[in-house]
Amino acid sequence: MSGSLATVSYIGATILFILCLGGLSNQETSRRGNLYGMIGMTIAVLATVFGPQVTVAGLPWIIASMVVGSAIGIYLARVVQMTQMPELVAFMHSMVGLAAMLVGYANYIDPVTSFHLIDGKNIPLSEAERAIHEIEIYVGVLIGAITFSGSVIAFGKLSARISGKPVLLPGRHLLNLAGLLIVIYFGYAFLHATTVAQGMTPIVVMTVIALLFGIHMVMAIGGADMPVVVSMLNSYSGWAAAATGFMLSNDLLIVVGALVGSSGAILSYIMCNAMNRNFLSVIAGGFGSDGGTPAPKGDGTVVPAGEVTPILAAETAELLREAKSVIIVPGYGMAVAQAQHTVYEITKYLREKGVNVRFGIHPVAGRMPGHMNVLLAEAKVPYDIVFEMDELNEDFPTTDVSMIIGANDIVNPAAQDDPTSPIAGMPVLEVWKAKTSIVMKRSMASGYAGVDNPLFYKENNRMLFGDAKKMLDEVLTALKT
Amino acid sequence: MPLTIGIPREVFAGEKRVATVPDVVEKLIKLGFKVAVESGAGDAANFSDEVYRTAGAQIIDSAAKLWAESDIVFKVRGPSSDEVGLLREGGTLVSFIWPAQNPELLKQLAAKKATVLAIDALPRQLSRAQKMDALTSMAGISGYRAVIEAANAFGRFFNGQITAAGKVPPAKVFIAGAGVAGLAAIGTAANLGAIVRANDTRAEVADQVKSLGGEFVKVDYEEEGSGGGGYAKVMSEGFLQAQREMYAKQAKDADIIITTALIPGKPAPKLITAEMVKSMKPGSVIVDMAGEQGGNCELTEPGQAVVKFGVTIIGYTDLVSRLAKQSSTLYANNLFRLTEELVKTGSATPEGAVNVNMEDDAIRGLTVTKEGNITWPPPPLKVAAAPPAAKPVAAAPAAKKGHGHGGSSEPMAGGKMLVLGGFVAALFLLIGSSAPTAFLGHFTVFVLACFVGYMVVWNVKPALHTPLMSVTNAISSIIAIGALVQIAPPLAGDIARPEEWIRWLAVGGIALATINMFGGFAVTQRMLEMFRK
Repeated sequence: MSGSLATVSYIGATILFILCLGGLSNQETSRRGNLYGMIGMTIAVLATVFGPQVTVAGLPWIIASMVVGSAIGIYLARVVQMTQMPELVAFMHSMVGLAAMLVGYANYIDPVTSFHLIDGKNIPLSEAERAIHEIEIYVGVLIGAITFSGSVIAFGKLSARISGKPVLLPGRHLLNLAGLLIVIYFGYAFLHATTVAQGMTPIVVMTVIALLFGIHMVMAIGGADMPVVVSMLNSYSGWAAAATGFMLSNDLLIVVGALVGSSGAILSYIMCNAMNRNFLSVIAGGFGSDGGTPAPKGDGTVVPAGEVTPILAAETAELLREAKSVIIVPGYGMAVAQAQHTVYEITKYLREKGVNVRFGIHPVAGRMPGHMNVLLAEAKVPYDIVFEMDELNEDFPTTDVSMIIGANDIVNPAAQDDPTSPIAGMPVLEVWKAKTSIVMKRSMASGYAGVDNPLFYKENNRMLFGDAKKMLDEVLTALKT
Repeated sequence: MPLTIGIPREVFAGEKRVATVPDVVEKLIKLGFKVAVESGAGDAANFSDEVYRTAGAQIIDSAAKLWAESDIVFKVRGPSSDEVGLLREGGTLVSFIWPAQNPELLKQLAAKKATVLAIDALPRQLSRAQKMDALTSMAGISGYRAVIEAANAFGRFFNGQITAAGKVPPAKVFIAGAGVAGLAAIGTAANLGAIVRANDTRAEVADQVKSLGGEFVKVDYEEEGSGGGGYAKVMSEGFLQAQREMYAKQAKDADIIITTALIPGKPAPKLITAEMVKSMKPGSVIVDMAGEQGGNCELTEPGQAVVKFGVTIIGYTDLVSRLAKQSSTLYANNLFRLTEELVKTGSATPEGAVNVNMEDDAIRGLTVTKEGNITWPPPPLKVAAAPPAAKPVAAAPAAKKGHGHGGSSEPMAGGKMLVLGGFVAALFLLIGSSAPTAFLGHFTVFVLACFVGYMVVWNVKPALHTPLMSVTNAISSIIAIGALVQIAPPLAGDIARPEEWIRWLAVGGIALATINMFGGFAVTQRMLEMFRK
């Protein structure tokens, strides 16, 4: 395959990737979109393997490594539970990050890259080209390393192998700043190194610092902020690919990296808006500097505002049976309890009885963007009764029962009523406007933000304490009798 | 030694309620009290001695013995002077007292060194106090009963029907005063199918009236009638004139009028004149719930149902007692919540004792005498109920921030835009002046790709954000290409190349990226299959 043919194939692959993302704009076209993505990837890989940049000697290695990788990948995709999607995604981000690091190192130690290959002769790069190329390597490895270690920590947190609590080191912003300065200093040293051996020390030091920085950044972020982190790492993995593209002068990598990077950035932006946080401070890793940290408990602002009214599963069933319209608001608690199938059973039963059941999804419900939608889809809830917050927030006043399953901060009226609340201004689902709201919760513990929820004390609110799955099973049994 | 709560039989004529019910007896015992009930106390409310005994209460035959043995007495009506005589020296009493109307009773109780909690003196504006608010629970019951009494005396259906025997128009009910009782009446009448209209001098209740299915009738005159603490105040002459005209109009039209207008400490306002009664259709019904305070209708005879000018005027003062089982249950629950408060605030006092904590706003308000000192009226509350005006201000920015996707439509602030634009321009200038041409080509592609990504991704539905992430993940494994080209590039000349190292790094890179490639696409496919209508 000639060089031109390979380039044309790359253009085709690029278009297919754009169509792939475009296809996700709605559920009907999304499967076709995914197919475009697969075709694009196949074309890109084949064009590379049989293109001018790979000789036959490499084929056995390529095939062997791809067989191993694909076997692992397909296995993971098969066995993963839908509730574990955030972990899988974080895990995959770390793969991209690590791959970017490896490619960066390989590229650096490869002397071939310091020459243009023109008509079978090696022409050395000019001074400026060399500098640019080394900056590309340096930045590529930097982003790759941050993505890798950050994703590993995110994976640990999401799969509960590491505590979800934010770990805040004293003077962490100073630490980050110091890290940045060291990275810049060694970047300077790296550029002025004349041999590969000389440049090795700076780049290794930088890699270590970048790894530490990734760990530090994600450790400082708590459980419910994970949607932002996951989408941010998604973005970083894209930029890592783009940096690699620059390094290798490969436009396909640049384009795909930019697509993924901006997609992740937009998702982070949406998540930040949904939590009323500053986008830039998150992207810069300066999370928690603007009130993102949980308010310290017992600082006097958290005063129980009254009595809660508990309710039993049987009474809940009674309320649901008598309701004409019901809105269910799921949160991370539903995912933890694996209660989505029971929720669907209840939904199905109520819909058969002519009750208008809908779902209200807050953008940051769960641990990654769109997490709840996937869980509900897994439980076969038809997607046309699943709505976004903005689509049905106005309908709560005409709703009989709103049922909140394992969610807290996203239904906290303090975000609207109390300007001093740490979550003030965060858009929330106005569940308290329904005639009755039922909150399913394991205990009275406050949500991730450490803010007391006045909803619980509202007169029209009922608390159904217990494990979401168990309680919903009881509700279902009570409904059917 | 646990304290004993005593429940005497109500002695007031016609009073059928009882201060606690068997269910609550069990809860009180769980709280650590002993409960003694006078024999026959619950008979009128359909709770037999036997049920009380099963619940764990001790049944005592004589009132005198019960009063003597009780540390705390729960009652419904305020004590008669005989009962005050029976009260133990230094004992505690919880009941309705109406201290403003009964200063004499207050003195007698104080003379007994008693601690008295008047359930009617509860500061109702405290949201915390709502669970103890017996006035509200009783008013709700009387509002319900008023409609039932009206329906009983009214010769027609409430709801409109079209039957084979002809068309039946719905009854028209007018309710004066939309307090708790009025609102309960509105809800009950609307549920029976009647057309309900209601009026109140406080304009803010209009929404509550609507929410229960009623229609709010305004008086055509500007004046705010909120008198603090959720009660109404006396209105000006001009307003009253306009109000009378409105009532006269409603009286001609309505089949049933239910009046609930009360002003604290004042006789009930006379809303319905004899003239208006005369103008009503024969067979109409008036239920005057203010009978005890003289009535809202000029022709009301308190405690009686009379027929005047063909209109039945019901002035019963015992509407609550007519639903004795229900009202006893709710009242008992209110008292139980109060007891919980008394025990809770008693952390500083020994086990099993109660603590009348005068620091607690709710308890302070309730307590009318403490250990012989008259503590009524209480000082005004430090914190009044917050005016609801502050709400929309806080809600507005939230609503603005609300729309998450589809919209970068909000224009950025001008200054911010300028700074950002300047920064980008400077960056481009720097790159343009120093970078080699080859780099610029790639840079162009990069910037354009960012924009394409931006445009495309905004169109993705939030519901598909997880598949979006996994698919972008999959395609970011394009990084495999970077590793592929390193494995065995075509070489020219003899450049010393650390083959082994590069190969293993590249093989690792390919394997990692391939995990992503296949895993990402496969899991996306799996997810997308699940989305269905």
